[in-house]
Amino acid sequence: MKTVIIKYNAGNIRSVLFALDRLGVEGVVTDNPEEIKAADKVIFPGVGEASSAMRYLQERKLDQLITGLKQPVLGICLGMQLMCKHSEENDTNCLGIFDVEVKRFQSPVDNLLKIPQIGWNNITGLYCTMFEHVPENSYMYFVHSYYAALSPYTVATTNYVINYSAALQKDNFYAVQFHPEKSAGEGQKILENFLKL
Amino acid sequence: MLTKRIIPCLDIKDGRTVKGVNFENIRDAGDPIELGALYAAQGADELVFLDITATNERRKTLSELVTRIAKHVNIPFTVGGGISSVEDVNVLLQSGADKISVNTSAFKRPELVDELAREFGSQCVVLAIDTRFEDGDWYVYLNGGRVKTEVKAYDWAKEAVGRGAGEILLTSMNNDGTKQGFALDITGKLSQNLNVPVIASGGAGTMDHFMDVFETAQADAALAASIFHYKEIEIPALKTYLYQRGLNIRF
Repeated sequence: MKTVIIKYNAGNIRSVLFALDRLGVEGVVTDNPEEIKAADKVIFPGVGEASSAMRYLQERKLDQLITGLKQPVLGICLGMQLMCKHSEENDTNCLGIFDVEVKRFQSPVDNLLKIPQIGWNNITGLYCTMFEHVPENSYMYFVHSYYAALSPYTVATTNYVINYSAALQKDNFYAVQFHPEKSAGEGQKILENFLKL
Repeated sequence: MLTKRIIPCLDIKDGRTVKGVNFENIRDAGDPIELGALYAAQGADELVFLDITATNERRKTLSELVTRIAKHVNIPFTVGGGISSVEDVNVLLQSGADKISVNTSAFKRPELVDELAREFGSQCVVLAIDTRFEDGDWYVYLNGGRVKTEVKAYDWAKEAVGRGAGEILLTSMNNDGTKQGFALDITGKLSQNLNVPVIASGGAGTMDHFMDVFETAQADAALAASIFHYKEIEIPALKTYLYQRGLNIRF
């Protein structure tokens, strides 16, 4: 089995590689279209900014490549947001795999909301093979200022002032807002489940 | 709900943990990786590694250590100590660190905070402040607490957040090492007025001290070193204690 991690101008790729390594899987980091197309599993990670990431993908035609993939694809954090339709982060049109809007967290008038959300939050309403043997209310590590709204594709929900999509799924496309590679044993389980799809 | 975080801090010198004694479950208490992995397994929410090595070799040793930590530890961790440039940070993040902390170098050249936030994002830029209460206010100290400045801790924190710091790690020098509790007033002032998370540090001696800093001061996270290293408080017992008193805690 071959697992590739899409290489682009976004961070945390090393952490994903190490997490795969802990599961006994050797990931390959590449932006080579043939190599990505031929892989059994594709991971689309990312910490960064939406518009510059989209520009980078478009310049290399990786945008069309990703939307056309047929094998299981897992978007992580910014990767998930880029798989949505549009992001408020610098008004960016994204890949449109999920017909979902990505918005910025807003402080309620009577309360100071800390942005980005940094830390462990629980996921509920788990409804996807990715979450097999992952208990309801498991805690995952989140670091983000923008969120994907709830939608028919939502397969896990988290609350930070409002309820939003902690995970999305449509056909062969899977996506999580949190960092499974940094979310201790339960996060590792999610990666393991994805690799078994 | 977002949880309150418990963060053990490990001081590193020449690639080894400085304080690390008396653990039955690990072979080598001086090995930062073993100690870090043990804390992660016990339920620590994050780790902070503070490098206090002074030699020229430190940069290479540190990046190798960070790679080894990232391979073995499956929770987020911050690396700090002597970081003064975008290139330093790039190497550490590429090696697998999730966040870096800056202290004296950022105070001396505040543009560093802007540069790091622009290059890597606010989420990985932690501003560490050492502060001491005297003459009626909390002042910033530099160089590990050896050099006093005339700048108030709150003012510097506020400026740094404006420049893009994503988190504040606040250490009270008055409280550090006393085991008499955290500095609730200045921690509370920062946490309740700045829109980034505040990590309280210095003074933890009992489980109630953690309760106080989370509830009274509304800190987002609490950091401690020796009480964990010397097993005066164990992380699972601490988290259970806080959870039973109504805090959001991860298990």
